[in-house]
Amino acid sequence: MNNKLVLGGHVFQSRLLTGTGKFSDKNLIEPMLDSSNSQIITMALRRIDFKNPKENILNYIPKNVTLLPNTSGARTAEEAIKIARIAREAGCGDFIKIEIINDMKYLMPDNQETIKATKVLADEGFVVLPYMMPDLIAAKKLEDAGAAAVMPLGAPIGSNRGLETRALIEMLNDNKRVPIIVDAGIGKPSHAAEAMEMGCDAVLVNTAIATAYDPVKMGRAFSLAVEAGREAHLAKMAEEKKYASASSPLTGFLFRGEEK
Amino acid sequence: MSFYNLIKKWEDFDFEGYFSKVSCEDIKRTLQKDKLEELDLLNLLSPQARNFLEEIAKKSCAVTRQHFGNIISLYIPLYVSNYCTNHCIYCGFNKENKIVRKHLSLEEVEKELIAISKTGMSHIILLTGEAKGLIDINYLKGIVEKATKYFPSVSIEVLPLETEDYQVLKQSGLDGLTVYQEVYDEEIYDQVHISGGKKNYRFRLDTPERGGKAGLRNINIAPLFGLGEIKKEAFFAGLHLRYLTDKYLNTEFGISLPRINNAEGGFRAFHKMDDAAFIQVMMAYRLFQPKAGITVSTRESHEFRNNIMPLGVTKFSAGSKTGVGGYAEKDLSTCQFEISDKSSIEDTENAIRERGFQPVYKDWHTI
Repeated sequence: MNNKLVLGGHVFQSRLLTGTGKFSDKNLIEPMLDSSNSQIITMALRRIDFKNPKENILNYIPKNVTLLPNTSGARTAEEAIKIARIAREAGCGDFIKIEIINDMKYLMPDNQETIKATKVLADEGFVVLPYMMPDLIAAKKLEDAGAAAVMPLGAPIGSNRGLETRALIEMLNDNKRVPIIVDAGIGKPSHAAEAMEMGCDAVLVNTAIATAYDPVKMGRAFSLAVEAGREAHLAKMAEEKKYASASSPLTGFLFRGEEK
Repeated sequence: MSFYNLIKKWEDFDFEGYFSKVSCEDIKRTLQKDKLEELDLLNLLSPQARNFLEEIAKKSCAVTRQHFGNIISLYIPLYVSNYCTNHCIYCGFNKENKIVRKHLSLEEVEKELIAISKTGMSHIILLTGEAKGLIDINYLKGIVEKATKYFPSVSIEVLPLETEDYQVLKQSGLDGLTVYQEVYDEEIYDQVHISGGKKNYRFRLDTPERGGKAGLRNINIAPLFGLGEIKKEAFFAGLHLRYLTDKYLNTEFGISLPRINNAEGGFRAFHKMDDAAFIQVMMAYRLFQPKAGITVSTRESHEFRNNIMPLGVTKFSAGSKTGVGGYAEKDLSTCQFEISDKSSIEDTENAIRERGFQPVYKDWHTI
């Protein structure tokens, strides 16, 4: 079994994706990337200030890290598509994380608009990573539309509540043709480990790292957790039993006569 | 239904009676909850909650960090006209005040915009008085279009408009709307607005709703603290914020905390809001609507703004001038209110960094 993450033909050693948002200081990003071994980092295109070098987040990211611009702020497929094109023109590469939210109360992604944008952008040659509400039918449509991975939310964005959508993500995992990357809701390393144990291909963690008191240390903690979870998954964990197994079999009497 | 109907439902509620009965246990219970109800908001605004400011602050700080991270967004205001046909007794621009008036032409506006854009600020808010005949939809469309040439995100704080007008301005690139109710208490509203279009309480109250209907991205509301009783005003503004957030999912609603300082004309607040009350209200908003942006302008002092950074605020104005123009051409007009924090943009930025926050200049680009 190949133990590498492949997204749109690109191979990655690390299964931990990180983000640039919410840091107290942009200078923390580089050491965080170092400590977490993360090879892909997402940033909101809306926050990139191309005119102002000191404010331009791109100047704080080492060149060997893959940029994953996201369309945060987009409320429609049309806006997300425009943002993606601007990102590519600005030299941010071909990766794009689609994030379309038009519910400012819960910040839930709009799957329908996301499918539309995925189709258009995948056709234009983008490596499309859509953030979505875990729903099997929508995930299938995203795959059909050309998504390079599907990114279900574990819990509402920024909530740090972990895999509240576990049962739904399991369905996505059982039926996937492209990697499943859990995005949003992962609040601590154990959540990340849990996602990896259940067979998800990667996790994206921003808030939990950026708002930790020591983001650099927390980056490393997540890296270890992701690795541990992945190893556990590959090691095929012993099945969790929901009830005790009796030491003398309950149906043993049926075959008693055959005993030697 | 308008928010007005909701206010009416509270007409017979005995606020003082309720406040007098709020216990320490009530406040602790509110602090245990993730989802606050209306009475929880009252608990946090109660006089007793003043004894719990530190506990409330711990939670408010954590909730703010969780939803917004360690950042403070920045914006800058540009007053384009201080002519006004309203008589509002608390406002420096009111028509009875003998002040130096100025109205910028589109060319003058553009000069100011160019000067401001050189400062590195990306989010701008354009402000005018309410002057019939001088400020109409065409002028507003003109200034918004000019501003979008130089700024990724443009907001307005002008007279209340109709939904169709907001749609027109949105087409021109308008991103946000700020409209303060000033005072939710209808009787006081009537007393302080002597004459002019602003006298219409209902029309003003429904303004953010019309902006929501027009699909504007961001809308900011507020009472002007000092006119009505502080706790009640804070309560109704909080309810207004929730009502709008629930009703217009596609718009991001935020709230500001302007409190009266010495405007031209020497108006004195009816109800003084001290620093502790300011913080109490701000943190109550944070816990009541955890995802709402909270704005604090340069009406507040540099030191005070430095101190409140971790407590719930998410947005500061910086480098502001509240006369007309003044960034490109020297401004001789009278200011709407006195600025307390006269720090430069750079000093504001440094103060934000020193406190362990990241200043965010650009947070959206109208596309």
